Amino acid sequence: MQGTTLRRLRLASQIVFLVLFLVLLLRTEFPGSIRSATVDVRIPYPVGLFLESDPLVAIATALSTGALYRNLLWAAPLLLLAILVGRAFCGWVCPLGTLNHFLGSLKSEKKRGVTLIESNRYKKWQATKYYILAAVLVMALAGSVTGLLLDPLSFLVRSLTVSVLPAVNYALRSGVAFTDAVPFEPARLVGNGLSFVLNATVLTFKQPHFNQAFFIGALFGFVLFLNMRVTRFWCRAICPLGALLGVCSMWSLVQLRKHDEQCNDCRLCLLHCQGGDDPIPGATWRKAECHLCMNCLGDCQEGGLSFHWTTSPQRTTRETPQLQRRAVITGLVSGAGLLPLIRSGPGLKTAADPLLIRPPGSLDESHFLERCIRCADCMKVCPNNALHPALFEGGVEGLWSPVLVPRIGYCEPNCVLCSQVCPTGAIWEITVAEKTGTPSPAGEALLALPDDGRAAPGEPIRIGTAFYDRGRCLPWAMGVECIVCEEWCPTSPKAIYLVSADVTDAQGQVKAVRQPYVDPRRCTGCGACEFACPIKGRPAVYVTSAGETRSRANQFLLQENQPQQRS
Amino acid sequence: MIPPAPAADRRRFLLRVLRLGGASAATIALGGYLAGRSRRPEEAAALDVTRDHRVADDPTLPEMVVAQGESPAAITRRAIEEIGGMGRFVQKGKTVVLKPNIAWDRLPEQAATTNPDVLAELVRLSLAAGAGSVIVTDVSCNAAEACFDRSGIAAAAKAAGAEVVYPEPRLFRDVNLKGQVLGVWPVLEPFLEADTLINVPIAKHHSLTGVTLGMKNWYGLIGGDRSRLHQRIHESIADLAAFARPTLTVLDAYRILARSGPTGGSVDDVEVKKIVIASTNPVAVDAYAARAWWNLAPPRLRFLRLAEQQGLGRGDFEALRTSVVSA
Repeated sequence: MQGTTLRRLRLASQIVFLVLFLVLLLRTEFPGSIRSATVDVRIPYPVGLFLESDPLVAIATALSTGALYRNLLWAAPLLLLAILVGRAFCGWVCPLGTLNHFLGSLKSEKKRGVTLIESNRYKKWQATKYYILAAVLVMALAGSVTGLLLDPLSFLVRSLTVSVLPAVNYALRSGVAFTDAVPFEPARLVGNGLSFVLNATVLTFKQPHFNQAFFIGALFGFVLFLNMRVTRFWCRAICPLGALLGVCSMWSLVQLRKHDEQCNDCRLCLLHCQGGDDPIPGATWRKAECHLCMNCLGDCQEGGLSFHWTTSPQRTTRETPQLQRRAVITGLVSGAGLLPLIRSGPGLKTAADPLLIRPPGSLDESHFLERCIRCADCMKVCPNNALHPALFEGGVEGLWSPVLVPRIGYCEPNCVLCSQVCPTGAIWEITVAEKTGTPSPAGEALLALPDDGRAAPGEPIRIGTAFYDRGRCLPWAMGVECIVCEEWCPTSPKAIYLVSADVTDAQGQVKAVRQPYVDPRRCTGCGACEFACPIKGRPAVYVTSAGETRSRANQFLLQENQPQQRS
Repeated sequence: MIPPAPAADRRRFLLRVLRLGGASAATIALGGYLAGRSRRPEEAAALDVTRDHRVADDPTLPEMVVAQGESPAAITRRAIEEIGGMGRFVQKGKTVVLKPNIAWDRLPEQAATTNPDVLAELVRLSLAAGAGSVIVTDVSCNAAEACFDRSGIAAAAKAAGAEVVYPEPRLFRDVNLKGQVLGVWPVLEPFLEADTLINVPIAKHHSLTGVTLGMKNWYGLIGGDRSRLHQRIHESIADLAAFARPTLTVLDAYRILARSGPTGGSVDDVEVKKIVIASTNPVAVDAYAARAWWNLAPPRLRFLRLAEQQGLGRGDFEALRTSVVSA
């Protein structure tokens, strides 16, 4: 096939997969229009398709947990694809790669053509990604997939969820609000129409606000900006998934053949090269770097290049990544050394941050960290905007992992969407019946949870416990009636109970007010009370992780032993 | 010696002087204009509206109808028929706004939200009576989309032909409620455009007021930070009810939330009464229901007395023209 045709096919494939990715991401939300007492609300699309097909996610969590969660076997096709045809995923499918590709194409060839050609030659620093991969995998083996912060799909889902989509939402809503305010009827009609269309497609019902949004967005912008200096710098130098596929490509059956006799050394094959893999005759073609974007083929006017299906090695091809032994060892050692260094701090067991409130269904922290890839899909799907990327609530290791921030949003008892979208089981899939501790109306069996992080039958899953700050609580501190917390408390019977007490107000008058208390055996830590508390800023009732079901250590009540019920 | 300037240079010089002069004048003019506009920012003025959706009393018709029966839709239909038919309340081509309780993310069986069958029947009756449009809306406490969905109200209302309006932020207007305690609050727009306003609450327990029935349901008129209202909850309820002045109250007591209100969550908190009460007197409905199912009477229900004082209706339901029917 002609190079130009292949190039067009690649572009079409990139657009199709980017659109598919965006559509699935936008549909990662409360689906609505499902109402049933017996069936939990479910998203009717495979919204986890990309993350669950990511071989790096599958391999890293397999190393950390010794198993493949739920749909992670979907990664097998991509791994096989890489073994058959090399890094075609990078050039044809990867949505972050596509964005990098498009940004890189914005550079002016007129002004920078020669610089561009030189910058697209293979550079030694492109090997960095393999060292990163080594560190990520060793760290996974040691029990932490924090390194998957750098997985391109995790990176993209997180950046879009936390920063880009909320910003777009804000901008569009402002635009609609602007047309609404114009004292000119046609403009308002346009605004209404626009609002209707946007609401049905991209806008979320409520404007989401995320902690860390600026920093995560700035990092995303920086990665995109790097393309202005070096085409697909992220893909060439950083991406550990690209590195993994690059390693796999050593078995690939696709070979670039260079026909030196036809080459007039115009170097056009380098002009649009995405991988920096030296397709030019006279140099060694770096198979592990090539994204199979077919630009060199399309650009060559002389028929000097061609791709072939073959098992016979080419003289001009380097089949494996060019690595320095010392650097690989450095990567391995730093990966192995980083985790003990992080965990030497007051980490997992001794001093859990009280605000490290994990979503319901989350495994015990050590198991959680074996699985959480920081993709932020849970944050995307949460209908209450309750989940946010952590800064250091979970230590350095927990950077950008999900924490519940009840002041911004509480955990709705009827909802288990975050547990459904989590691709790796850091938030283990649970049912509403398990979450609320009610017998399942459908009589379905409890899912097999690992021993930790599991509520005893009939007990709800607690993510923390509410506590009162009596110095700020209106009935306690100021003798003013309130009880909004009790009104909002969603458990039945309510976990917040009221005791009428006589208080003396500032005028010396005695009056009865109802003062709230928490029953920790009923409280699930959902945070509705903290969310609804009328005291601005620091609330008068707040949730901390104490008493969370997932942790055996983070308990404060002596519970009666319930032998055999945990089976 | 300086050579004399050529004519072309002189022209260029004059043009430059003109340009500079023009730019300076424009800058000064713009600066002066902007300086004159400087004001300390003020909140946009709130709307000053008074709503009254009541219809004239008809001494031949009951003021309150208690309907009991197996089907929520049938008893709703029977109650409306008995109180004079929907034609008495709905003008042809005009807008009917129905205000059910859609506050919580609960199933109908959990009785924290209005029965969707009761609501849907009211939609059908309004349309049959010639309403131009029927709007169903509420300002939920939990996530609105989830509440509208799980309560079954959005689906039932749409199927019956109503327009379901979600409480989007852009649909609120600041209104001076001119109440005892409530001043300027954001009101959901459809409530400001109603010709007929029908309150469709559900009967529930509430820790602070004992019960949440019809008048407490008007919390859903407004957005903003409603949690402050609880500090003067009786006054707030009376203020909102005085602002709303509904055409009709149709209290859903098919299932009531007897305990753990207003959210409930367990079917153990629910009692099945199979009753719907329709009344043109919003105070009497609340007084009746509070006495009937919670055995509560003033002075425990201070909001009733406050509402009476504001002239919203009578709490002595025994003295009303009441009709008890079954279907």
